[in-house]
Amino acid sequence: MIDLTKYLEDFPILQRTVRGGNRLVYLDSGATSQKPEVVIAAESNFYRKHNSAVHRGAHLLAEEASLAYESARENVAKFIGAEIVETIFTKSATESINALAYSFSNSEPGSKFHLKSGDEILVSEMEHHANLIPWQQLAKRTGAKLRWFEVTPEGRLDLSKISELINKKTKIVAITHQSNVLGSITPLSKITAAAKSVGAIVVLDACQSVPHFEVNVKKLDVDFIAFSGHKMLGPTGIGVLWGRQSLLEEMPPFLFGGSMIDSVTMEQSTWAELPRKFEAGVPNMAQAVGLSAAVDYINQIGISNIHEHENQLTKALLAGLAHMQGVKVIGPTDLTERGAVVSFTVDGIHPHDVGQVLDQYGIAVRTGHHCAWPLMRKLNVVGTTRASFHLYNSISDVEKLLEGIAQVQSYFKVNK
Amino acid sequence: MELDSLYQEVILDHYRNPHHKGLSGEFDVQVKHNNPSCGDEVTLNLSISNGVIKGISWDGVGCSISMASVSMMSDLVIDQQYSRAVEILNQFTSLMQSKGQSKGDEELLEDAVAFAGVSKFPARIKCALLGWMAFKDASSQAME
Repeated sequence: MIDLTKYLEDFPILQRTVRGGNRLVYLDSGATSQKPEVVIAAESNFYRKHNSAVHRGAHLLAEEASLAYESARENVAKFIGAEIVETIFTKSATESINALAYSFSNSEPGSKFHLKSGDEILVSEMEHHANLIPWQQLAKRTGAKLRWFEVTPEGRLDLSKISELINKKTKIVAITHQSNVLGSITPLSKITAAAKSVGAIVVLDACQSVPHFEVNVKKLDVDFIAFSGHKMLGPTGIGVLWGRQSLLEEMPPFLFGGSMIDSVTMEQSTWAELPRKFEAGVPNMAQAVGLSAAVDYINQIGISNIHEHENQLTKALLAGLAHMQGVKVIGPTDLTERGAVVSFTVDGIHPHDVGQVLDQYGIAVRTGHHCAWPLMRKLNVVGTTRASFHLYNSISDVEKLLEGIAQVQSYFKVNK
Repeated sequence: MELDSLYQEVILDHYRNPHHKGLSGEFDVQVKHNNPSCGDEVTLNLSISNGVIKGISWDGVGCSISMASVSMMSDLVIDQQYSRAVEILNQFTSLMQSKGQSKGDEELLEDAVAFAGVSKFPARIKCALLGWMAFKDASSQAME
């Protein structure tokens, strides 16, 4: 058994009480994670000691700020096994994916990023809206056709039609690494092999994977990944876009302005080298520094230890839910290729009401459609209640949730 | 418990046995409203004649608060003059915005004063207002 209990004290927010005077049982890390003191301090220290616009200015603070920002990039790049120049800071994973979609829009005919009528973009039914709508709208702008992998009743990606879905017309495959609703992990190698055989670009939404288990871009064989800082103990306002260097060099920028140029005249401009070509404007520097502190913190504990700890909690929760009458897990019920996100429904009680009663016991869960409305329709549920873990959760949190669900059932007097 | 101020028994009764649920084929205006943050949906059919709300039927999916609220709203406004219905609607809306400070006008709102507790839970106010906003939309279209 991995025991991460000693790290709980690093999270100031876990020291407060919530509704009913209860301790906070925070089970909503899939939406955003809590922050350890070292991250809060790193962000705040940047403002206290080094604040200045990076890559500009002839003064000491500008030097320090640039060093802190570029060191953060190096640290994040190393964390995902990437080259430094391939690691681009954005404001969020949502921006990372939109940046790709708009860069593709900006590309010239003949470029491998250029889409037109007859081309296909492939997503899945289990995508978060952030990895669905940018592609849906890109398809609309270009005349390309949006297609999707379906989801099996067990909540896994249905790959049975892969040879038809990934074909010569497929230009982009945009897929989640792990469903934010079901917890199921995508069997990537089958998809990347098929995509490679037709020359399609593979974009991976790694928001639910990078914070929880080892992601090494060199091993994944994908072309781009997007993830956010705030789900991995870092600040909000910082996201990452990683791409293969050759592709990033070929791809036109999406955001234009300061910092991203090589030279500018009134008539035309040329672009800076990577990664700055994709980082227009003064970036979110303190947030990048905070994210770097989060990476250090995760490295200190060990991402594999975090993963194993979360697996233990997921296993305990799935076992507990299996024994409850009237409670149904939406998603895989075994630990194979599954992460620490558990969605469930309670017979006769709407998720919003489940969440409300749990809140009374200090238990914070997510309820509703989880920004995956098409998936809810497919699974024929109005929404789910979702518990998601991170390193600061404990087996006691799982017990609290299981007791809480029983309280929900008795409060609404549903037949168990 | 704090929760009991939210889930009044009369609210749970309407949730379990909603009134006027099931869409009638006869209507002057049909509207569909949803709450994008939680996915709750309501379809509301409204009949109005000579400025009187003649009938409301509805269908939808949602939490206890949203469904009970549509049910009670239907009870309250059916057979009312449009102007009176708007008065009730406005009273309910201001009750929802009262942050727990108002008990509601029982003469106008009758059983719907039970929703007073909802105003202390900011995330649930939209639930309570879903059906009322659908009614507001449908009735103003009908009166155009």
